[in-house]
Amino acid sequence: MSSTITSVADPARFLRRLGEILPPARVLAGPAQLAAYESDGLTAFRTAPLAVAVPETQAEVIALVRLCHAEKIPFVARGSGTSLSGGSTPVAGGLVITLNRLNRILRVDPAQRLAVVEPGVINTAVTLAVASYGLHYAPDPSSQSICTIGGNVAFNSGGAHCLKYGMTSNHVLGLKAVLASGEVVEFGSASREQLGPDWCGLFVGNEGLFGIALEITLQLLPRAEVFHTVLAGYRTLEQAGDAVSAIIASGLLPGAIEIMDALALEAASAAVHAEYPPGCEAVLIVELEGPREVVAAQRPQLDALIAASGPVEARPARDATERAAIWKGRKSAFSAVGRLSPDFIVQDGVVPRRRLGEALRRIAEMSRAAGIRCANVFHAGDGNLHPLILYNGTEPGALERAEILAGKILHMCVEMGGSITGEHGVGLEKRDYLATMFNADELDCLHRLRDAFDPLGLANPGKMFPDGTAPALAQHGLHPLEKAGLISRE
Amino acid sequence: MNAPLTPSTLAELAAAVRSAPRVLAIGARTKPRLSAVAPEVTLISTLGLNGITEYQPDEFTFTALAGTPLREIAATLAERGQYLPFDPYLLHAGATIGGTLAAGLSGPGRFRFGGLRDFILGVRFVDGTGRLLRLGGKVVKNAAGFDVPKFFVGSLGRFGVFGELTFKVFPRPAATLTLRLPVADANAATQILTAAAGARWEIDALDLLPSADAVALRLAGPAAALPLLAAEILTRFPGDILAAATAEALWADLRELRWTFTDGPLLKLALTPAQLPALATTVRTHAGRLHVTAGGNAALVSLPAPIASLGLPALTLRGPGPLWLDAPTSPAIAAAVKTALDPHNRFPSLAA
Ligand SMILES: Cc1cc2nc3c(=O)[nH]c(=O)nc-3n(C[C@H](O)[C@H](O)[C@H](O)COP(=O)(O)OP(=O)(O)OC[C@H]3O[C@@H](n4cnc5c(N)ncnc54)[C@H](O)[C@@H]3O)c2cc1C
Ligand SMILES: Cc1cc2nc3c(=O)[nH]c(=O)nc-3n(C[C@H](O)[C@H](O)[C@H](O)COP(=O)(O)OP(=O)(O)OC[C@H]3O[C@@H](n4cnc5c(N)ncnc54)[C@H](O)[C@@H]3O)c2cc1C
Repeated sequence: MSSTITSVADPARFLRRLGEILPPARVLAGPAQLAAYESDGLTAFRTAPLAVAVPETQAEVIALVRLCHAEKIPFVARGSGTSLSGGSTPVAGGLVITLNRLNRILRVDPAQRLAVVEPGVINTAVTLAVASYGLHYAPDPSSQSICTIGGNVAFNSGGAHCLKYGMTSNHVLGLKAVLASGEVVEFGSASREQLGPDWCGLFVGNEGLFGIALEITLQLLPRAEVFHTVLAGYRTLEQAGDAVSAIIASGLLPGAIEIMDALALEAASAAVHAEYPPGCEAVLIVELEGPREVVAAQRPQLDALIAASGPVEARPARDATERAAIWKGRKSAFSAVGRLSPDFIVQDGVVPRRRLGEALRRIAEMSRAAGIRCANVFHAGDGNLHPLILYNGTEPGALERAEILAGKILHMCVEMGGSITGEHGVGLEKRDYLATMFNADELDCLHRLRDAFDPLGLANPGKMFPDGTAPALAQHGLHPLEKAGLISRE
Repeated sequence: MNAPLTPSTLAELAAAVRSAPRVLAIGARTKPRLSAVAPEVTLISTLGLNGITEYQPDEFTFTALAGTPLREIAATLAERGQYLPFDPYLLHAGATIGGTLAAGLSGPGRFRFGGLRDFILGVRFVDGTGRLLRLGGKVVKNAAGFDVPKFFVGSLGRFGVFGELTFKVFPRPAATLTLRLPVADANAATQILTAAAGARWEIDALDLLPSADAVALRLAGPAAALPLLAAEILTRFPGDILAAATAEALWADLRELRWTFTDGPLLKLALTPAQLPALATTVRTHAGRLHVTAGGNAALVSLPAPIASLGLPALTLRGPGPLWLDAPTSPAIAAAVKTALDPHNRFPSLAA
């Protein structure tokens, strides 16, 4: 049923042929060179690949994938390696194909509001390139200053604005890819409409199991003219949750609805010197956006709803600086929590929004019972939890205990009718939980689809599906980029 | 051709698929060309699979059986101040939610927040081996497994029979206001479509009317804001604000395809605004009618008689003529995916 590599590959011959595609400077095979690629944002997993290839052109990527196919060598596409689920962890004996040098913005069409980019383009670079036209690229994962569009496409990444604007998939109009079989395909077009099945939609979110995206056509949106951002503190998480329900029921459609719990608040106030209303178990952040006339009309409605929801204090941002400060506190919360603890795991299960309060209560109970602290910062608007499980990796067994708690939280999400992942992907980390969402027939169907794209099982094997061999879980601390303070987890 | 099978439960639907070597699902057949297949194909009507099985207004989601008429869904959502932002066609003709997904038909309102693909969350379907499967999810955000529900948009029933679908919905805007902006020709229309789509106004719908002499621009949002936005728009593009009843009739006529020829082919196209002038010329040459929607990204063409080409790929929804004009070439992966979902070719091919 599952794809496995049957015939024995010949690594020496493979490396020789690799040298015919790329100059020696762009084939990394020494242990020191490989070390930088051994893990991704989920540092608990680590594997050394056979080699790392650094292509600079689409033709080179195509040649590499076809070589892997001919030689039956597995490969893993890699953007910036910020996956939080182990998605870009190398495969032992396989090739890592890093796409950072395919970082050209090939075309911007302001009239049709689209950009055609190579996969190694950094998420924020798209918005920077189109800002002068009053446009922006909507999906905004908090790793956006470092993660690539190719990685976003593979994981269907989200951000703080998914309720209104959707995920990466909702913004990909077309793409060109080399499939694991070596076939080069073009899906979609420059139009926002399509004829026939949605091939782009199927490709986005494939977690690197179908092949490598070479060129992506992204839709752009006019930048929102004005914002109205409110921060409100509540005595209890329940009250914050009730406020979310009231906003949802009111008919407003905010761009973002986020909640931070007490532990996250404590960390954020220490890290960025944000001052939150005192004595609060939860802080809610709600943001309206749109034309000034629309926001002006909706603003009193939102303010009245929040006033009626019993906050300790509600603070609307009076200007752009105050808005930026609210978001800075929110976006830094996770790295800030990281300072409370040497190590942490981020989960991203989803529960039905109306059961958020119950989910948080149960997470608190489970975390108390396990004796493990857990902070919560989450996308309340779409029920996407981000429990941050704190542990000390130098304590024997601590990582394993943290993983057990993480697993219990995932089971709870599924049991409540939600999902094991809202935006970080299944990857290596959650592959054993895929079967909690899908039965054997459904998994078989997903396997068949994977086999259609990748008959030899060479593209990122061992990810998403509960099969193949996994590298051992080991303690390795923060991502190197986080240690350098370049990125933080959201 | 025998009478269609009429399962009334999902288990019966799976049994119906297994009961014959060649099958195809049909809904209300508002887009009959899409299911006009060889006589040996057994048709499975989903009209017995009717009803909303779950509706959670506070989740912005609902789940309905595939044969549920859109009209019923729209009415249920409206009771709670919500709507289908992809704005489907043929509500009153009886179109079903399953047929709409399979046909991939989103209406004018898809301009603002996207089409069917942007609102489908999950699907229970019967694959070509007769297994009832559930893929995707029931919550507004889910990244587990491949996004097969999205793939099914526009799949014409050729990859699986839907039994039950879960969609995301949005709160219905408090008010709408429609402007009629006269245009001299398709070039002028393209200019308005392009400029308005890039502006700050958050437009709800932006269409070139079948009369070909005006662009219809719909705003949706708080009642107090709309006249202010409209006033600014009218300083950029001359035109009028339509009375509420006139606007309602205009959009209802478009939604129900009342502008089309009754007997000739009705085709759907995907395009960009830049391709509009050439398409308009071709349609006029053949004495046809054209409704351009989604800011110039989608079009419906109604012709008095079949023709060979419109210069762009087109899908025949209704009336005579081949299913595809200038069919896009099918990559090898398309055949492989078809085999994955339908190994015995129980469903017709996309080409027929
Ligand atoms: C601090 C931090 C904050 C984060 N915040 C968010 C957030 O808010 N929302 C969110 O959704 N995620 C978030 N993430 C997760 C991560 O950033 C995203 O998953 C991101 O999309 C990964 O991009 P990348 O370029 O780093 O890809 P990588 O980690 O290099 O790769 C991710 C996956 O994509 C595949 N891949 C990469 N490029 C291609 C390609 N061209 N073609 C095919 N497959 C490819 C890889 O094989 C792998 O499976 C965060 C991560 C960190 C470390
Ligand atoms: C007497 C009568 C006259 C009518 N006249 C007209 C008319 O003149 N103009 C008009 O527009 N409408 C008309 N209608 C309405 C119209 O025929 C039906 O509403 C229409 O068939 C609805 O079909 P549908 O939209 O549900 O999809 P269909 O047209 O039935 O199917 C569209 C596509 O979706 C596929 N499909 C359908 N259901 C599923 C499923 N569950 N899973 C997978 N694939 C599926 C089909 O195979 C097909 O490819 C008339 C109806 C009747 C009864």
